[in-house]
Amino acid sequence: MTISHFAAAALFSLCISVVFGITQRSEPKMMVRFGAYCFALFLIGTIAASWIMWGIRH
Amino acid sequence: MATPKSAAAENSTFPYLVLLAGWLIPGAGHLLLRKWARAGLLFAAITTMFFVGVALQGKVYTPNTGDLLDILGFIGDLGSGGLYMLAHLAGWGQPSEQIAIADYGTKFIVVGGLLNIVAAVDAHSLAIGRKRA
Repeated sequence: MTISHFAAAALFSLCISVVFGITQRSEPKMMVRFGAYCFALFLIGTIAASWIMWGIRH
Repeated sequence: MATPKSAAAENSTFPYLVLLAGWLIPGAGHLLLRKWARAGLLFAAITTMFFVGVALQGKVYTPNTGDLLDILGFIGDLGSGGLYMLAHLAGWGQPSEQIAIADYGTKFIVVGGLLNIVAAVDAHSLAIGRKRA
C-alpha cells in the first residue's frame, strides 16, 4: 500500500477524532461537534508543523 | 450526584463482560449496550487504523524486555485485543525491509490499540452508569 504523508496524517486524524468524539462526550450532537473540532485541530496542527519545518529548512 | 444505574449495571459481572468484549473486538462493548451507531463507528475507526498500519508494513511488537519504547509499543499493540492475536496468527507485522512509510504503519497499529482501550473503558463507564448514556 502506498499513501502520501498528508493522506496518512489525515486518515490518522479522522480515525482518532471519531473515537475521541464518541468517548469524550455524552450527547450525540456534542460528539459530532467535538470530533469535528479534534479533526480540524489535527489538520491545522499538521499543516502548521509542516510550514514550521519548511521555515527551519530554508 | 449519583446517576441512576440500569438493570444491567446491577449485575456485577456485566460491566466486566462489556470491558472484555470491547477489548477483544473493537466496538463490541458498545454493541452489548445496544449503542449500535457508536459500536459501528468505533469498529470502523479502530479496525481501519489497524489494517492500514499492517498494509503500510508497520511492525507488530512481540513481548520483549529490551528497549523501553519496544515495551511500550507492545503494550499499545496489545490494546487491539483480538486484532493483535489475529496479526500474530497470520504472521502480519514483520516487515522484511525498512521503508519510511512503515514507521507510520507502526504508529497506526500502536495508536489503534490505545484507542481500543479508551473505547472499551468508555463502554465500561456506560455499563456502570459513570457516564450518561
